[in-house]
Amino acid sequence: MSISRRQFLGGVSAAGIAALHASEGSASEDFTGNPDRYGVLVDLSLCIGCRTCEAACYEENKDRDTNRKANNERKNNLPPPEVPFDDLSVTHTKRRTSSRTFTVVNRYQAKDATGQQRDVYRKIQCFHCNEPACASACLVGAFSKTKEGAVVYNPEYCIGCRYCITACPFYIPTYEYDKAFTPRVMKCTFCSHRTSAGLPPACVEACPYGVMTFGKRKELLELANEKIVSHPDRYVHHIYGEKEVGGTSWLYLSPVPFEELGFSTNLVTFPLPELTHGALSVVPMVILLWPTVLGGLFMLNRRKEQIAEDERRAAVEAAVSKAVAETEVKGEVKLSSALKKAEKDKEQAVKKAVEEAKKAQPEVEAK
Amino acid sequence: MSQAATVTIGEPQSRLVTPFNVVAALILAIGIPVIVIRFTMGLGACTNLSDTTAWGLWIGFDVLVGVALAAGGYVTSCAVYVFGMKAYHPIVRPAVLTGFLGYTLVAIGLLFDIGRPWRLPYPFVMSQGWTSVMFEVAACVGLYLTVLFLEFLPVPFEWLRWKKLRKFFIELTIPLTILGVILSTLHQSSLGALFIITPGKLHPLWYTPYLGILFFVSSIVAGLSMVIFESGLSHRVFSSRLDPDHPVDHDALTLGLTKAAALVLYAYFGMKVMALAHGNHWDLLNTGYGAWFLVELIGFVALPCTLFARAYRQRDARLARFTAGLTAIGIVLNRLNVSIIAFNWQLPAQERYVPHWMEIAVTITLITVGVLAFRWIVERMPVLAEHSDYKAGH
Amino acid sequence: MNTLHEFMRHAAPIEYALALAFLVGFWAFWWLLVQGEDR
Repeated sequence: MSISRRQFLGGVSAAGIAALHASEGSASEDFTGNPDRYGVLVDLSLCIGCRTCEAACYEENKDRDTNRKANNERKNNLPPPEVPFDDLSVTHTKRRTSSRTFTVVNRYQAKDATGQQRDVYRKIQCFHCNEPACASACLVGAFSKTKEGAVVYNPEYCIGCRYCITACPFYIPTYEYDKAFTPRVMKCTFCSHRTSAGLPPACVEACPYGVMTFGKRKELLELANEKIVSHPDRYVHHIYGEKEVGGTSWLYLSPVPFEELGFSTNLVTFPLPELTHGALSVVPMVILLWPTVLGGLFMLNRRKEQIAEDERRAAVEAAVSKAVAETEVKGEVKLSSALKKAEKDKEQAVKKAVEEAKKAQPEVEAK
Repeated sequence: MSQAATVTIGEPQSRLVTPFNVVAALILAIGIPVIVIRFTMGLGACTNLSDTTAWGLWIGFDVLVGVALAAGGYVTSCAVYVFGMKAYHPIVRPAVLTGFLGYTLVAIGLLFDIGRPWRLPYPFVMSQGWTSVMFEVAACVGLYLTVLFLEFLPVPFEWLRWKKLRKFFIELTIPLTILGVILSTLHQSSLGALFIITPGKLHPLWYTPYLGILFFVSSIVAGLSMVIFESGLSHRVFSSRLDPDHPVDHDALTLGLTKAAALVLYAYFGMKVMALAHGNHWDLLNTGYGAWFLVELIGFVALPCTLFARAYRQRDARLARFTAGLTAIGIVLNRLNVSIIAFNWQLPAQERYVPHWMEIAVTITLITVGVLAFRWIVERMPVLAEHSDYKAGH
Repeated sequence: MNTLHEFMRHAAPIEYALALAFLVGFWAFWWLLVQGEDR
């Protein structure tokens, strides 16, 4: 059930302290994203588990093209429920969202501030985070956050890797595992076709007990603070979704501690995508450093091998030329002594020949 | 392994009916119909995946473990071609082959797991999720698979005697190796970094902002261990494919790798302890998950480190090979812990994921196909020994 | 589990101490390994 801006602002000005507190808080949350984006404040002290919101969600999504472009696959085509919406006993089992249901209401039993045991109901649906982990994790950019605040899935790009499901801290997105050829991720769309026109989501409008309030997130935070301040015993003094994982569009007030209602209370207070900045920033560093270092090492090695090779070659050459030189010297010595011997032999042979000639000579003279 | 005793392998198997082949045929007989079911009836028909647990065995084992154990390709080619450790040249080709087959199987396993496999190219051609660690994984794995393929091409070209093509690709070795190391650093670390966005869902003892560095360093360990382990196996099973004219001191190489493995495991152990200190959840060591964490840290990191050191000091190649097997199991354990066992740890038992038998069947089928492909290639192509055309020069 | 909000804090002294200890240990480990080598 949405309220008019004038009604709301009237209420705010009446609660001056609350407004001061709220504007302090909202200033730190709105540093990213459209400051006028919408949200929904869920006052769980009012919910009685009638499941009208679940029925309205089904009616809105059963065959409506609820995404921006007309495309057969864009129709959510939620199937009729297995259990009719007027069966309230299903709230006694802890259900979760499924590929057939974007939102469920579960019953919890807990003690409130006055010590009274009571039934408290929680409506579960996508929180439409300020900086969603699913959108950051998607490797094909199949999620986008509209300026109205809705986190919307685009089945046209999805390859079905399901990293978004793994990343979501609230366990919200689901998958159509039963489909072989066109499985999609399924989750609440914040009725983006309505919120883009400034209209509240179907579930908010249908609620008969005013559990949910649609409006600008920053104003809803002020409203929530105002509620806590005016009824300190009715609510736990915490707005769930104000800071969790950096802030979400869907905000909750509860009459009992949030962990009793199955909310995760150990979540960090900054957006989950910030965690991956470090890992991703390493990439350009590696691309710069590794070729430099490895290429440099390779060059150094090659140079070292080159030097070793040159030294080896030089050593071999030195050894070879030394051997050659020695052989040459030896050879020369041998050669000159051989030549000398040859000379001597020649001289001897000549002498011998001359003597023999002389011997022959006197016989000729005696005749 | 009794196979080596009962089966003689010389030229490619002439006997088709061997114990190994019969088992392989049985595995395929079960696995292939399951694969058909997956594609005709959807993931729900053959997996235990749920809206709460979207990643199961095919991501945790086929992708995460597969990529880690195929890391021997980049580690050995870096050592030989960039660091100049030429003595290890004989093990580069088997390591690159393992890498190529391993990453191919990872890609196939991924095609089985994603919801719309025909859309696998979408991140490259349709729309880019630049903020996503998964995008970086996809880009780097895709590119690296190409690099591995190009690094492997000289082998079939030698077999086919296409000399000009072979020469062309051999000359690309250095730049491909460096590119391979860059891409491996990026995707090995990013696979761990995938989980950095899930602090509430991954048990605090395993969750750390250092998941990326831990996965990278342990991938080096995984690569070294797999090279030690399977080269030991190959030498026994494919002994007739080795070159008798160029004997390799296989044990010496194994021990060299052992020294590296011991040192890197030591560094990894130190990093795990420092990550533990950074997380400051010492009290959680005293829980069931804590005990399991210590099993992984002490039994499968510290212990193999000391065993490798012992094997090296005592020149015990057999102990080294045993330890390599132990280390590989430790890598499997670590990847499964991060992705399945310690993930969603807070959920009640009935909501926890346990693999469907069909998921296990597909995983075993993929491994079997990998082994068969490895065997087929090694029995025909110059992987374990140089081609006779090129024996003179390395 | 409520210590999760602390996990982006700066490195504590124990982490520096551990880093130093492991660094020293690394060289000691290397020395142990090369002891058996015949050079």
